[in-house]
Order: sequence, then C-alpha cells, then structure tokens
Amino acid sequence: MTVVVVVCGVLLTLGAACAVVRAERGPSMLDRTVALDIVVTTMIAAVALYAAVQRRTDVVPVLVVLSLVGFVGSVTISRFAAVEPEGEGRVRTREEVAAEEAARLRAEDEAIARRLAGDDDADDEPEPYDTLGSMAPHPGGVAGPEEAGAGPAPVGPGQDVAGDGRAGGTDER
Amino acid sequence: MSADAWTTVADVASAVCMLGGAFLAFAAGVGALRFPDLLARMHAGTKPQVLGLVLVLVGLALRLRSGGAVWALVLVAVFQMLTAPVAAHMVGRAGYRTGKVRHDLLVVDELTRDMERAQDAAEDDERGAAAP
Repeated sequence: MTVVVVVCGVLLTLGAACAVVRAERGPSMLDRTVALDIVVTTMIAAVALYAAVQRRTDVVPVLVVLSLVGFVGSVTISRFAAVEPEGEGRVRTREEVAAEEAARLRAEDEAIARRLAGDDDADDEPEPYDTLGSMAPHPGGVAGPEEAGAGPAPVGPGQDVAGDGRAGGTDER
Repeated sequence: MSADAWTTVADVASAVCMLGGAFLAFAAGVGALRFPDLLARMHAGTKPQVLGLVLVLVGLALRLRSGGAVWALVLVAVFQMLTAPVAAHMVGRAGYRTGKVRHDLLVVDELTRDMERAQDAAEDDERGAAAP
C-alpha cells in the first residue's frame, strides 16, 4: 500500500508541476485557464488519495467543493475572455515597468501643464470642452459595425476587436 | 470466500484504480505542457482528466465502503462529467473567436467552412435585396 501511495503521489505531483509550468508559460489567458483547471482536478485527486490512505470520510465534502470551484473559475474566465493585446500575456521586466511608469508620469505632467495653460487662455473666451480635451480619449476602443459581426477568419490575437465577448457576440449566446 | 478476503480484494482493486487515475492525471499535465496549441491542450485537460478523476473516485469508494461517502463521491463524478464538457466548450469557443486556433494543425475544420458558407449566403441575400 505504501508503494502505491508513493507512486500515486509522485505522478500527481509531476502532473501538477507540468500544468503549473504551462500556466506560467502559456501564451494566452485561455491556456492558463486550462492549466489551472488541471491543477484543481489534480488537487481533487490528491485529496481523494489522502482520504483513501487514512480511510477518512469527512474530507469527501471537500471534494465536492473543489470540483464546484474549479468549474466556476474556468467558465467565468472563458466567458469574459476578451482579446488581450499583443504582449499582454508576458511578465514584464523591471526596467520595462520603470520605463512605462516614467512615461505615464510624464504624460500626466504634460496634461496638467496643458490644462493650466488652457485655463490661462480661457479667461477671455470660455472653451467648455478644454478640460475634457486634455484627457485624451483612447482611440480604437470600439470597433466599427462592419467588424462587429462574427467574421469567419479570426485575424490573430490583438486585432479581432469585438469579435467576441463584450460587444459582438452577446446576441448569439 | 470470507469477508476478510473480500476486503483484501477491494483494497487491491482500489490501489489499481488509484494508480490508473494518478497516471491519467499525470498524462493530462504532460499533455498540457507539451501540446502545441490551445485546442490540443484543452483536449488533454478534459478527456484524460475526467477519466482519471473518475478512476480515483472509484478507488476511494472501494476503500471507504460506506454508504454516505460513496454517494457524495458519485455526486462529484457526475458533476465533473456534466461540467467538464461545458468548460471545454466555453474555452474552445472563446479560443476560436479570439483567433487562438491554429488552422494548419486541424484535420477537419467544419466551423470555419460553415461560417464562410453562412456569410456568403448572407451577402447573396443582401445583394438580392438591393438589386431589384
């Protein structure tokens, strides 16, 4: 019995380790979802193994709860899986994060400076949308109506905006 | 055979089921790590996974051998069989729509063909409605 338990434990551990590696490496969010689903199911198997070794019946409800939680997680993520931009699935290095932060701060400073200058100009002729204009709206947030339909050939991640999820496909679900 | 012998048989069968289930869980992990694209990984994550979990639960039921616990295990197995296809469907659908399916690896791609046909039909309808 001990040999069986050790072999089962090693197999489960290796399987979970492989899934965790995939979750770390996975190029997209859905790959990570699948990998974490595998981790949860392996965890269920490990708890079942423990219950079998110790002959404990009181951990059986834990199995029920774990199977529920794993299902809800993966379905939720894939239901709201919108297109993630290119390079979003990568963990950035410290230098890149620092550079992005500096760029963001600089943009904020410029916006504030522009708004102050705009207020000085606005003394004699009021411009109602000046303060809004300094907060530059992000272009490309909403796709045109010709792209909103479910196109037959998805054009790679990062371009198929609104082909799935929030804007386009809600009427077909 | 005596009751003691039956107990031994059940324990051995439980050990075999546990080994099989653990091996299938291991296979699912390796498949998720090594398969090339999302659909193949999803396949590894659902099919061997569910069979492996059912085997582990059968092994646990053979080992526990008490009524209430076994029914709870049946509940877990049935729930897993109900939810794994739903989760796989959602993941596959989201993956197809966000363009994470590698079409060069597919042997049969019925969805793309049907969608192209439907779009052609819709365009024909529009043209027919606009022309006369």
